[in-house]
Parts: sequence; structure tokens; C-alpha cells
Amino acid sequence: MTDQLDPLDESAVNAAVDAALRAFADARTLDDLKAAKIEFTGDKAPLALANRAIGGLDKADKAAAGKIVGKSRGQVKRALDARQAELEAERDAAVLIEESIDVTLPTDRNRLGARHPLSLIQEQAADYFIGLGWEVAEGPEIESEWLNFDSLNFGPDHPARQMQDTFFVDPPEAGLVLRTHTSPVQSRSLLQRGVPLYIVCPGKTFRTDELDATHTPVFHQIEGIAIDKGLTMANLQGTLDGFAREMFGPESKTRLRPSFFPFTEPSAEMDFWFPNKVGGPGWIEWGGCGMVHPNVLKAAGIDPDVYQGFAFGMGIERTLMLREGINDMHDMVEGDVRFSARFGMKA
Amino acid sequence: MRVPLNWLADYVDLPADTDPHALAAEFASIGLEEEDFFGPEITGPLVVGRVLELVKEEHSNGKTVNWCRVDVGPAHNEDVDDPKDPQPGEERPSRGIICGAHNFVVGDLIVACLPGAVLPGDFQIAARKTYGHKSDGMICSAKELGLGEDHDGIIVLTDLGLSGEPGDSAIELLGLDQVTLDVNVTPDRGYQLSMRGIAREYAQMKGQAFSDIGSPAVAEVNDPTDDGFPVVVEDSNPIDGNVGCDQFTAVQVTGLDPAATTPFWMQRRLIAAGMRPISLTVDVTNYVMLELGQPLHAYDTALLGEEIVVRRAQAGEKFTTLDDVERTLDAEDLLITDRGGKGSDSTGGKIIGLAGVMGGAAVEVNDKTADVVIESAHFDPISIARTARRHKLSSEASRRFERGVDPLLGPVAARRCADLLVELAGGTLSPATTQVGQAPEATVIELPVKRVDSLVGVDYTTAEVTGLLEGIGAGIEVIGKDRLAVTVPSWRTDITADVDLIEEVARTGGYDRIPSIQPAARAGQGMTEAQRTRRRISNLLAADGFTEVLSYPFTSDKRDDQLRLEADDVRRKHIRLANPMSEDLPLMRTNLLSTLVELVARNFGRGAKDVALFEAGLVSTSAGLPAGPGPRHLPGYHPTDAELEEVYASVPAQPYHYAGIISGNVEAPGVWGKGRKAEATDVIDTVRRIAGVNGIEVTVEADQITPWHPGRAAKFLLADGQELGHAGEFHPKVCENLGLPARSVAFEIDLDALLAQEDLRTWDGALSTYPVSRQDVALIVDESLPTQTLAATLREGAGEELELLETFDLYTGDQLPDGKKSLAFRLTFRAPDRTLKADDASAMREAATQLAAERHGAEVRS
Repeated sequence: MTDQLDPLDESAVNAAVDAALRAFADARTLDDLKAAKIEFTGDKAPLALANRAIGGLDKADKAAAGKIVGKSRGQVKRALDARQAELEAERDAAVLIEESIDVTLPTDRNRLGARHPLSLIQEQAADYFIGLGWEVAEGPEIESEWLNFDSLNFGPDHPARQMQDTFFVDPPEAGLVLRTHTSPVQSRSLLQRGVPLYIVCPGKTFRTDELDATHTPVFHQIEGIAIDKGLTMANLQGTLDGFAREMFGPESKTRLRPSFFPFTEPSAEMDFWFPNKVGGPGWIEWGGCGMVHPNVLKAAGIDPDVYQGFAFGMGIERTLMLREGINDMHDMVEGDVRFSARFGMKA
Repeated sequence: MRVPLNWLADYVDLPADTDPHALAAEFASIGLEEEDFFGPEITGPLVVGRVLELVKEEHSNGKTVNWCRVDVGPAHNEDVDDPKDPQPGEERPSRGIICGAHNFVVGDLIVACLPGAVLPGDFQIAARKTYGHKSDGMICSAKELGLGEDHDGIIVLTDLGLSGEPGDSAIELLGLDQVTLDVNVTPDRGYQLSMRGIAREYAQMKGQAFSDIGSPAVAEVNDPTDDGFPVVVEDSNPIDGNVGCDQFTAVQVTGLDPAATTPFWMQRRLIAAGMRPISLTVDVTNYVMLELGQPLHAYDTALLGEEIVVRRAQAGEKFTTLDDVERTLDAEDLLITDRGGKGSDSTGGKIIGLAGVMGGAAVEVNDKTADVVIESAHFDPISIARTARRHKLSSEASRRFERGVDPLLGPVAARRCADLLVELAGGTLSPATTQVGQAPEATVIELPVKRVDSLVGVDYTTAEVTGLLEGIGAGIEVIGKDRLAVTVPSWRTDITADVDLIEEVARTGGYDRIPSIQPAARAGQGMTEAQRTRRRISNLLAADGFTEVLSYPFTSDKRDDQLRLEADDVRRKHIRLANPMSEDLPLMRTNLLSTLVELVARNFGRGAKDVALFEAGLVSTSAGLPAGPGPRHLPGYHPTDAELEEVYASVPAQPYHYAGIISGNVEAPGVWGKGRKAEATDVIDTVRRIAGVNGIEVTVEADQITPWHPGRAAKFLLADGQELGHAGEFHPKVCENLGLPARSVAFEIDLDALLAQEDLRTWDGALSTYPVSRQDVALIVDESLPTQTLAATLREGAGEELELLETFDLYTGDQLPDGKKSLAFRLTFRAPDRTLKADDASAMREAATQLAAERHGAEVRS
């Protein structure tokens, strides 16, 4: 180390301070700084020695020297601490940077599964009607012929009974079928819940169609029935319009065309306005509906002169196919995981 | 119903410039939905040509062709021949055409299709080199023009009763520019299966006056006489008391020219309407059926016995219908037979037709028939429907009879048919006319006008309602203020009550008048607990990696064998289908796994590596199902409580199940490591989690049950003792049988059992915030001791301040005696009212191990 620093020589002391500050600033690592710290603040550092030398000064000079050296040491200490903090922060930052990972690496060690969109769309429909105050009813899939047909005004020889290609349970005398529509739930609800009645029934239905691009022997429908005092076809139209908006967007609406179903009179086919139709907006057939036939109410023990109402039903597969642009029924029924995957838990 | 528009124009004012697509849309708005559209399929030039010259040229392939000079009119003729390939005969304006047919001679008018024309099937015509000449067009056959199946020769216009000048457009001449709409007639509206019915709809839609050619008030009819052809109705077996044939009109035409042929215009209309021309007499009966809706039959009088007898068949009687199928008859089948005369069998006569459905060959008109008896009868719709269904024989006649034919139409149609025969084949209409039975009284329905508004939601005036109902042919009498007595038209057998009239008002008035008013429903109760639970579980499973699928519920005994179900397993008690899609899958599933396995295999077949599927849905069982016929009641009948109970009891039990299968890895291999294969504990945990979402605790026990591995299957028991279901690894043979990856794991539970559980969760008050004290202990026990049993003992021994018991290690191996295992537990204690000291916690742990020692001989492993 150099010569003993005179604690009263202010410029010399300042030079020592400058030297220390320069050394700290020049320190690139914490190790450099540690060396500089020893050099400029250690026991043998000029300022330390100057400090020690104060004790040997005349009493008259002690105060002045103390002031000069004290201030300088303080300055050096602060500079050291600041540089220390700076270098530590740099070091810490470097460590964290070294610990970086590739956040784009695959993460799917536990795969997310998926709901089937046919289930999801039934839930969406149910939620919509529940929001209106309706309830969701259910019924068995293997159903009594009386509930599937006769209670709905399909007589034993009614031509409409031939319209539907029915799976019969063996032996046919047992009077059991795989329900051809969700409509037996209408009768069950009328019988078991009574009126006023506002229910929807999503569910599985069966007809003896071979599986192809647009048919499947096992499919799904959603059925609605509202029975109260004074319900009209205008209420049917209003209900369908609302449901179409829920399913196909705010610009959608429905249109009725005269048709025939044994369990409604008047009866109608229903088209909905599809803003996103391939080839431009247009009407697309959606389902059947009408005012519940008095015989259906009578079969359930309800006086058709007091209560009346409407019913409607549409295919869930068709709704999904149209809405999602699915063009082959096979994809919906074959259980290929790739099909559901794109829907997650929202159709 | 196919409606050729030029035919429709016979009865209504149909403007020539009608846009057929717009008309189809208008028909749809009154309930006649468009099924198909048959528009012009030919673009010209298709012209009349005259054969000026022809030479027959024999070719090396043995075929003789005609090289023709054809005059196709000034606009299309070439002025000079090609010098290298001159046409036959004297040179003059014409075209040279090669033709392989030989049914024409020089001078005939033919139909020539010239280069640039397009025939049905996008058949483009161009000049082409053939048989050594340039054929500059084609001489057309009926088949090539879509005019029928006749391909024996080309069209000679005079044979069709047509004529024209060379160059005239043959498209118009042959009616090839005509449009036919095929509209769907709903099963209640038999009257629309006729031009008469469609014309009425059109007239009402357009506000035109309608003259009804089917009305006895408009059309000419024969008066019944005593000397008509004898007809007797002997119905020994009426269905529901309805006589099978309530009316039978018969008229006779004599002296027909057997050589007379059906005029071209009629053939065209029959073909356009979807029928095949057969012979003049048959064609005329079909034409009148299409026109009026009354099916007719013409019999050769010479072949008929002495009288016609309408009777039921004897069970087992045989009859061969015109389609050459021998039918074994049922006692409900209604027959047209004759009695006496040639060809009589043991009954003294012969069967000549399955009434209202199809005839037989015995008395069919033929190429020698000169005298005919025309049958125009009315049959019970149900009888005809059952016969058609029984014999799987739906004909144009049966379709109409089962939907209801106008009971006043018989005499009108018989006379119309006879008149056409006389007009087209000469002959004489005999005045002798048979009329058996009488038309029923008209139905009258009272209709308060207000009732229309209250059902439809449109405020119609009395005048409007009257006008609309008159439009459908009803008679209206005002019987009070806004109260109508409506006489239902005879052809509207579908109208039986006021609602049917209301539909007609709404339909013909236009459904587009109905406003859209959303009704205010009563306040509902939201989803049921069962519905909420299903959503929770399905979403849980999807979040846990399962993909939801919906398999068809059809299965088989073979599948049960593959699943190794014992012969007496209750899961073999299937509901069987009488008419399954496939004889291979005739049974309804009793469990979801039986159909879910197939979808797993399918995904692997398509290259999936790891598959986790779940399904939620109904299964069924034939167990407990009452034997014998199910209850039956007619429409509109309200069963008594006891009868309803019987209906409900006739339906098999159909519990709601959840099932899932994992094949392959449950944790995928990847950059993070090797992944992990699914094992039994994964699906056992899945079932625990399912129960957990509803806060239900399950007890797990080892079980031996197919289709699971006998040592790797768990049974789940609920607090009330009900079995929730099973989970574990599939039996290795089951995986092999079904083509599933080895070590696939699966669960199946009965959701209804879960939903039946009482919620036993309790709440002791505020959570303690005193510190916990943890104690570890390892216990050596018999290997066969279920961990759950040991854990329960520890819990019991440790006392109420044990907050958590975790099993953190399982060891078996060299350091332990044979047949022993070591289980390590961490006990976490916490007191509600104080900080536990280490001594307190060790004492509680001691108590726990002490009890385990007493009960299970557990030794503390040091």
C-alpha cells in the first residue's frame, strides 16, 4: 500500500475516495468488488489508516481530520453498498435467466377429455328453456306402445304409424317399442305432472334407418310441450323464434308450414332462418310442431275445453350438423375421439 | 303426388308464364311440400325431320345401318352435300344421319337431334364419324328423350298421332318443355292424391272459382238400373263392424277396338305422373284415378263369371297378384271374386283381385278384350291398409283407399272412365249400371268462430272463416251469432272435429298471419338433482381425460360370451328386438361396457395410441318384466289408475349408468418422461371421485366378477348397502376376445343407486386454527389385509383429533417375512381447543397402533 495518508490533507483524502469509487465502479463481478472492498475499506486501506492516524494528531486537529475522514469513509461505504446491490441484482437476474425453460414445450401429459357435442347441445337447449321457467323431463327409451303411439292419437291402423319405422320388442304382443320420438314424454308428463305444464325433453330416439351420411337408427330429439289456459299458435311461434335465436344466433327466426301429425291439430313443419347457411342465408327445415290434439289431452285425463297448448320437436343431430357444418352422420355416432376433441366442454 | 303442370292447367287458370319454383313454394305454404322437381331436361336443337332417302348398309360387324338424307327444315339443313361423303339420293338441302333402327321408311316424320343439343343424362350431341359416314345428328327413340322405356325403335311421329313440318321444334311438340312438380301429400289428405284435389287447392290459393269435375252435381253419372252386372257383397268378417266394401258401382262398355292404343298425350301424362303406360284400357283406368282420385279396375266381361262377389278370404287361401307373387291370404283380406263361369275353383268361382290393392291375371283385360266391366268401389280404409301392410304391397290404389277416397266419387269415376274408353276405343256405354250400397250422410260440425282465434291467435272475422271453409268445399250455415254449422265435404274424411276445421282456416288463411308471442311460463324449479349430478359427473370425467361417446345400445349373446358372462348372469337378461337392424345385434344392452368396448377397439383401429372413453346412458333388463301381452287402449281413452299402473309396469327397468374404459397410457409419454400406463387403481379412483362430487363416500372391496381380472377388480358399496358398481382391470381374455389392448381398465356404475343416497355430510362448527402435529408409523401386517381395513382401525384407535390419515408407502420384499407387507402412514392430529404437545400426539399414535396390533397383529416396523 502507498504512503500513509494525512488525515488533514483533504485533497489527498478526496483522491483516495475517488480511487475507491473508481475501483468499485470498475468491479464487474461480486468477486472484483470484494477485492476492491478489501483494498479500499479493509484494515490496511488508506482511509482506514488515515482514520487510525487521527488518534495520533494534536487535539486541535482531531475534529477537523475526523470530519474529513468520516465523511469520506461514509461516501466510500455508500458507494460500495450501492455497487454491491447492483452487482447482486445483476447476478440474480442472470441466475433466473439461466433457469429459463421453453414454455412452448408440450404440456399435455394429462390429456383433457371432451364431452360429446350432442350432449352439450341438449344441455344448452335445456338451459335455455329452464331460463324461461320450463322444466326438463325424461322418460324411458324402451317404451310402451300405448305411450309411444295411442296416447298420442296414433290409432292402431293410422297411416302415420307406418310413417315411422319402429323397432318392436320381441314378442310384438308385449306392446313395447324403442321410442320413435321423445313425444311419449309428453304423455308421461301430462299424466304425472298435470297442468299447467311447460316442459322440454331431450333424449335418445330410434328408427330402423340404416346408418348413412344423413340417417342413423339411434338419434336424439328435443321435445317441448306447453299446456295452459289460452295458449295459441302465436305462442308456439314465439317460443320457436326464441329457441331459434338461442341455437342459431340473434338474426334467426322460424316459419311454419302446414303439415300433419296425429298428435297435433293444427300441425306444422317448422323452418328456421339460418344466417350462416352454406351458400347464403336461407330457410332450413328444423322439425315439427302444432297445437296439442284434444285426444292427447283426453288420454291424460285433461279437459281439452279448459286447457290447450302446443308441442314441438326437432332433431338434435340435425341441429348440430347445421350449426357446426358437420356433413356426415358417421362422425357423430362412431365415437372417434378426434370428433369430440374439438368441442371440449362447449358445443 | 306428381303434378304435371300442363295437366293441372286443364282445371284451373294456370298462366303460361308461371314460375314453377315459385309455385312449388306457394304449394309448400299450404302444406304441399316439394318432394321433387322434373323440369325440361333437353336443350335443342331437337326438331321434326322428314326422311328423304335412306340406303341400308351392311357392315363387317354384321349390323345393318341406315344412311339417311333427312330434311330438318330450312334453318338447319345444309345446302350442299360434303363432296367426300355425299348423302344418298338426289342432292338437296338436308342433313346426313346414320340410324341403326329399322322401324321407319322414306317419307316418315321423325325426331332429329342436331349437334349442340343435350339429351337427358347430359348426353351431348355432336357430329361424328360412324360406319364410314359423318352422322350430322341423331334420330331419337322415346327412351333417349326420356319419354319412356321403349327402345325398340325410333319415334315415328305419325305413330304417336302427331304431325308437323320439318324444322318444327320437337321439344314443344312432344311436351318436353313441360314441368312436373312432385308434392308430398300428408297421410291424412287422401283427396290430394288426385289432380282434382290439387286443382282445388290451387284455385283456393289463387282465389279462383273452381268447377269440380268430381262432383256428382257437375259430372254426368249413370243412374243405377236393375240389369247392371250382378255384384254382391258378402262380408262375413267386418273389421270393427265396418263392412269391407260399402259401395260398388259397375258400368259396362261393349264393342271396344282391341287394337286401339293409348294416345300420346295420355301416355305423356301417365309417365309424367310416374306411371307406366300398359294398354289403353288399363291406362284409362289409371288416368281417371290420377284425375279424380278413385282407383278403378276394368275386367274382361268374357272372362268374368256370372256375378262379382266381394268377400273375405279364407285363412290360408292362395292368390297370385299381378306382380307374379303368390300370396297366402289372411281371413281379414278382402277379395273381389266371381261366381259361376269358366275357371271356377271349389268355391264355385275364382279370385280376381285383392280388393283395393292389386288384381290378378284371371280376368285382366288383354289384346282381345272387347267388352269390359268397370269396377268403381269404396273400401274400408283400415281393411285396405292392413292388407297392404300384411302383404307388403303398397299400390297406387291402396295408397288412396287407406287415406280415404271420396265416397261420392264411385259413379262419377266409372262414367268418366267409360266415356274415355268410348272416345278412344270406340265401343258403346251400356246403360245397365250396378250400384251396391249408398253414400254416407255428410258430417256436420258446429264451429264457434271465436274458437278459431282462441286456438290460432289470429282474429278472423266470421266472413273470413266462412269464405275459407267454403274454399275447401264445405257448406256453411250460420246458426247463431258467430256460430257456424259446417257441412264437411265428402272427400274430407280427415275432418271429424272442430280443431280439424280450425286447421283448415289457419292453413288456407296462411300460417304467415300468425304473430310471434313468447308465452310467459309459470316459474319452474330448474334442473332436478339428478340432472345436476349428471352434468357434474360428465364434466368431471371430461376434465379427467375421458372423451364422451354415444354407442348404439345394440348387443348380442356373442358379446356376452366375449365378456365371459356366466350363463346365469343377470346381465344376460336382455330385451330382445323383434326387428333388429342386424341379426348380429338383436339385444338391448344391460350394461354400457358391452357396447363401449367396440368404440375403444374402433379408435385403436384408426390409429389412436391411448384411449379413455366414457358413456352415460340407459341400460335395460328383461328381469322382472311381466309376461303376456302389453296393455292396449285406443286414442283419446284415459286409462284408470290401475290401467296406468299396468302400462308403467309393462315397461322394463332402465337404470342410468356411467361407464368408462382407459386403454394405454393414463399419463402420456413425452418430454417430461416415460408416461404411465393405466392401471386398475386409476378407474377405482375415478369411481371414488364420481361419488366425491356429490360428497358420497364409498366402501371399496375386492371382488371377482366378469369381465374384470379376478385379482384386480373392486366393488363399491354405498352407505345404504346398495352396490354402486365395479372398477378394475379387464380380464386378459376379455381384452383378447374384444381386440382391446392388454391391461385395459374399466368401470361401470349405476347412477340411480348413487342418487338414492342420503347426504350424510355433517358440519361440526368453525375450523380449528390450532397447529397440527404429525406422526409417522410403519406397520407390518399380513399381505392379504386390505389397506382400507387397517386404515379404518387406525382411525378408530387414534380418536377424534386425528384430522388426516395418509398412506404414503407400501413395501414388500426381502426385509420382511414371507406373506407380510409394510404400510407406512402419516397421522395428522389437530385439537379444536388447544395446541397439541408432541406427547399428546405420540400417545394418540400409540393408541392407534395398539388397536391395529390387537385387531390385525400389526407390528411397528422400526
